[in-house]
Amino acid sequence: MTAQRTIIAGASAAGWLTAEALRRHQYQGEIVLIGDEPSYERPPLSKQVLSGDWHADRTALFSTERQDKIGAKLLLGRASALDVGQRTIKVEHGETIAFDHAVIATGVRPRTLPGTDVKGFHVLRTIGDALALREKMSRQGDIIIFGAGFIGMEVAATARRLGIGAIVIDPVFEPLRLRLGAAVASRLYARHRAEGVEFRFGLSLAAISTRAGEDGAPRLKAVSLSDGSVLATEVALVAIGCQPNVEWLSGSGLTIDDGVGCDDFCMAAEGIWAAGDVARWRHRGFGVDMRIEHRTNAAEQGDTVARNIMGQAKPYLPVPFFWSDQFDIRLQVAGRVLEDAEARVEHGDIDGSSFVVSYRADGRLSGVVGWNAGKAVTEFRRELLAQLSPQT
Amino acid sequence: MRIVVDTDHCIASGACVLECPDVFGQEDSGLVTLLQDTLPQHLLDAVNRAMAACPSAVIEIQDD
Repeated sequence: MTAQRTIIAGASAAGWLTAEALRRHQYQGEIVLIGDEPSYERPPLSKQVLSGDWHADRTALFSTERQDKIGAKLLLGRASALDVGQRTIKVEHGETIAFDHAVIATGVRPRTLPGTDVKGFHVLRTIGDALALREKMSRQGDIIIFGAGFIGMEVAATARRLGIGAIVIDPVFEPLRLRLGAAVASRLYARHRAEGVEFRFGLSLAAISTRAGEDGAPRLKAVSLSDGSVLATEVALVAIGCQPNVEWLSGSGLTIDDGVGCDDFCMAAEGIWAAGDVARWRHRGFGVDMRIEHRTNAAEQGDTVARNIMGQAKPYLPVPFFWSDQFDIRLQVAGRVLEDAEARVEHGDIDGSSFVVSYRADGRLSGVVGWNAGKAVTEFRRELLAQLSPQT
Repeated sequence: MRIVVDTDHCIASGACVLECPDVFGQEDSGLVTLLQDTLPQHLLDAVNRAMAACPSAVIEIQDD
């Protein structure tokens, strides 16, 4: 009998963490990762890399030693097709490789706005994106940011720290109210205003005007908004969320619906799994289908997929967790801030420098938001985890 | 074996504390603190899990 082979399509955090977890759970077979760039941490891109505090080298996902220890084979390129029946993955411009197990970890890419494919318009997802934006931000003054979600707000905060003006536009009024609860979100936006960030809520991009750049290609000159106002700018960012990289799976027969559809175990089809930003699975504890674009999910889902490849039949039951750094504020969110949940200040003072707000639905803790309160948040995470543990 | 943490890169997630509270603690801000820096054999699995769960890869196990 030949050795087993697992192919992991996507060599970013979820892919590498799945590979490492396979070894941790004693997988002896061959591991092949397919990826088109070196792996790195994305969270620092909108913060330390954009501000220039960190050199890009500091974002490496693993030390060389840690990566080498996994003993995986890395193929540079992109997976371009998956054949469920033949159990093969084709690498773009390359070979077709057979697998025993496949892990889909191809991630997401930024959504864009129509007409913004001109110089001066940026997105922020890759290290290349971050370095390109940093160069333009330091050279060309104010930045217009479309999207007042976490990435938009982190970039606005970073811009202000660098002394650069930031105007943030979003059709929704203070959209992070849905993610943080109204009270915390309102305080966060107020802090941004106090730091000089301008917001234009209820508006969207209507048109852009360009001028010919030195190379003759059109360059951003100004944006027009839906109320007729015009803002002159050389640099703009579109930060309106991401879409899953699933086009390569069309015709595979897998369920593709805002991500790769999986069961409770992160299995998309027999021996075919998905992990990280691209995976949509059934969270048995919450009773809903979820897809999570958080760094912590890459590690936790990778671990579950590895266990399930090893036959542990473990349903994936995470407590979602993420953080966002803006100015001197470290926000942390654990669990879910449900729409009709009751908010309660648990620790500190909501106008103070450190606090936790808990959210309860039907008297049961559903989530917490921490504001510079890392240690206190961990205690609530423990409670949220206990709710989902199989013994309860 | 020794445990080393890079607090400059710690993002205060507390993932390590949830996996291995015997070794990892947190300051009020959430930044990691080491409760012991030599790694007893019976905690190796837990520290490995903490290392894997850390979202900023700040935990390392070093051979003596």
